[in-house]
Amino acid sequence: MSINKKKHSTDWDESVAEKILQEKKGVPGALLPILHALQEKFGYIAPEFVPTVAQALNLSRAEVHGVISFYHDYRQTPPGRQVIKICRAEACQSMAGRNLENHAKQKLDVEYHGTTPSGDYTLEPVYCLGNCACAPAMMVDDKLYGRVTPEKFDALLDKKGKAS
Amino acid sequence: MKVYVPHDASSLSLGADEVAEAFKKNTAAGIVRNGSCGLYWLEPMIEIENGKDRLAYGPVTAEDVPSILKQGRAHPLCLGPIGEIKALKIQNRLTFARCGVIEALSIDDYKAQGGFKGLENARKCSPQEIVNAVKESGLRGRGGAAFPTGIKWQTVLDCKAGQKYIVCNADEGDSGTFADRMIMEGDPFSLIEGMMIAGLAVGATQGYIYLRSEYPNAYKIFRQAIEIAYKHGYLGDGFDLELRVGAGAYICGEETALLESLEGKRGVIRYKPPLPAIKGLFGQPTVVNNVITLATVPFILAKGAEAYQKCGAGKSRGTLTIQLAGNIKRPGLYELDFGIALKELLYDIGGGTATGRPVKTVQCGGPLGAYLHESQFDLPVTYEDFAGQKAMVGHGGIVVFDDTVNMAEQARYAMEFCAVESCGKCTPCRIGSVRGTEVIEKIIAGEKPEMHRKLLEDLCATMLDGSLCAMGGLTPYPVLSALKFWPEDFGLAPERKAA
Ligand SMILES: Cc1cc2nc3c(=O)[nH]c(=O)nc-3n(C[C@H](O)[C@H](O)[C@H](O)COP(=O)(O)O)c2cc1C
Ligand code: FES
Repeated sequence: MSINKKKHSTDWDESVAEKILQEKKGVPGALLPILHALQEKFGYIAPEFVPTVAQALNLSRAEVHGVISFYHDYRQTPPGRQVIKICRAEACQSMAGRNLENHAKQKLDVEYHGTTPSGDYTLEPVYCLGNCACAPAMMVDDKLYGRVTPEKFDALLDKKGKAS
Repeated sequence: MKVYVPHDASSLSLGADEVAEAFKKNTAAGIVRNGSCGLYWLEPMIEIENGKDRLAYGPVTAEDVPSILKQGRAHPLCLGPIGEIKALKIQNRLTFARCGVIEALSIDDYKAQGGFKGLENARKCSPQEIVNAVKESGLRGRGGAAFPTGIKWQTVLDCKAGQKYIVCNADEGDSGTFADRMIMEGDPFSLIEGMMIAGLAVGATQGYIYLRSEYPNAYKIFRQAIEIAYKHGYLGDGFDLELRVGAGAYICGEETALLESLEGKRGVIRYKPPLPAIKGLFGQPTVVNNVITLATVPFILAKGAEAYQKCGAGKSRGTLTIQLAGNIKRPGLYELDFGIALKELLYDIGGGTATGRPVKTVQCGGPLGAYLHESQFDLPVTYEDFAGQKAMVGHGGIVVFDDTVNMAEQARYAMEFCAVESCGKCTPCRIGSVRGTEVIEKIIAGEKPEMHRKLLEDLCATMLDGSLCAMGGLTPYPVLSALKFWPEDFGLAPERKAA
């Protein structure tokens, strides 16, 4: 994957990251809550910060890295300004979800996990959004959409394009 | 006058917030945010309460709002009084009695509709009496494995330990399921109450809810519910509750992987035994139950085990929160007694496919469940009847497909999904799924199809017998059922030649 040249809205800030770490490290099973908080703040988890996390939790770097790489959610590079997740699972498939997947890839001209050259969008697959009664479904950042046709997808993108 | 506008994720995905905004602009009436009733083809479905009457309208867009306010009952989107809607009337709502009815985050509404009665009764019982009630109700785990809940609780109750835990499995990873989400967004206090009762029953003082990260709206609402329950002194007085979020891994719905994840580790499954009931979270005795299982407990304690036990069929007692999803005309949540025929669900209740084409197959019980053929649609929905057909009720999700679906592609996807989501601990699942995907691709491409079919069947046998958990152990079911009933979709001869 090519490194996204455009900067994420929040740049990695060691002191802010450190503060998050100190806040959360005391809770039982702290690693996931810490990683979530970091990613929520910066959009990704900087690999350089892994040793600091490891030390604070008395873990090896390999253990922390192992956790980051195990879970689909965690990113080690900044995403685009918006993350579009398209549901690939069965209920969405039954309502032409595969069409929507292909359409999104074509329209954005990226594959899954890719970011558009403009840095506007990152496209991710997702396996069910719990919107299976209103399939096919997708999510843009935290906003869920249902009964998404290719036309609706385009209209949404246009609207977002104009808004930004 | 009050206007009810659901705030559950699916309704929001169809514009419910915009509808609520439009009401705010056009009327001084109070806006109440409830959960969804689960009639998703009608969402956003709003209700206007005037005096005693609650009139439903749906599906409503923001543009419809002024005309609804003007025309009232005469409006073409008016569905009549909510209580008269057939799709609701046919249901037996025990677990979902309040979902969509009350203001989701009003603890007063919750209490007014029978909330915390179960807890009140539980407080008058000994732990053993609570466990007995759950046993007698016949309640079995709704997360997938259908293990008797009372027996699980007994094991934890019988353990001597300084600390025990109640862990709620809200990972809801199965495609076609959304009941957990609906309860957490529509009647969150019922889950909190259920967990508190579980705590009393087994002597646990700390609860965790492990919620999948794909549900940010449920997170937002449920976090508020926890805060409210603390403020009103329900939580924090002998029982604490914390909401944790997963990180996008289907396997973390498997209870031991979930516990690993809660402990801050990779979501890799553990060997069983020891059972989580004996050695669970942080090595302590732990009840792990699904959202619906726990949210059903308050009913049992409030109304008595008998009231629950008397519903259902055979060994499948009580109600099942069936979720009709995918290509179906009337998708949604239907809480019904066990025993209803699949056919009735698909046609009479669900109305057939949304596309109007014939139903080709349904997948029940999530991505690890078999694809059922039309010849099996007479099957009554019970754990036993489904198991007899190598099918699964699981979490109650039913995904409907019309005749345009290609079953070889579905089989390929089942293997691919397993490859993407395997935790990697055991070889049959980790490697078998990758090989399985390749072999199916070869069959589809017409490369030595009969030889590869044999290979695929062998591979499935290895996965079935050799996997450590149901991820690799059940993935063969959708694959083999597709192969058995729709060989032509694979480009294979309909009948296997005799050896
Ligand atoms: C691969 C896999 C995924 C699972 N996913 C879930 C899930 O998302 N939610 C759930 O409640 N149970 C899930 N289960 C079942 C759990 O392991 C466990 O049986 C359940 O949480 C116990 O609760 P119950 O007895 O109330 O059903 C899954 C099991 C497997 C093997
Ligand atoms: S399968 Fe796509 S939202 Fe559930």
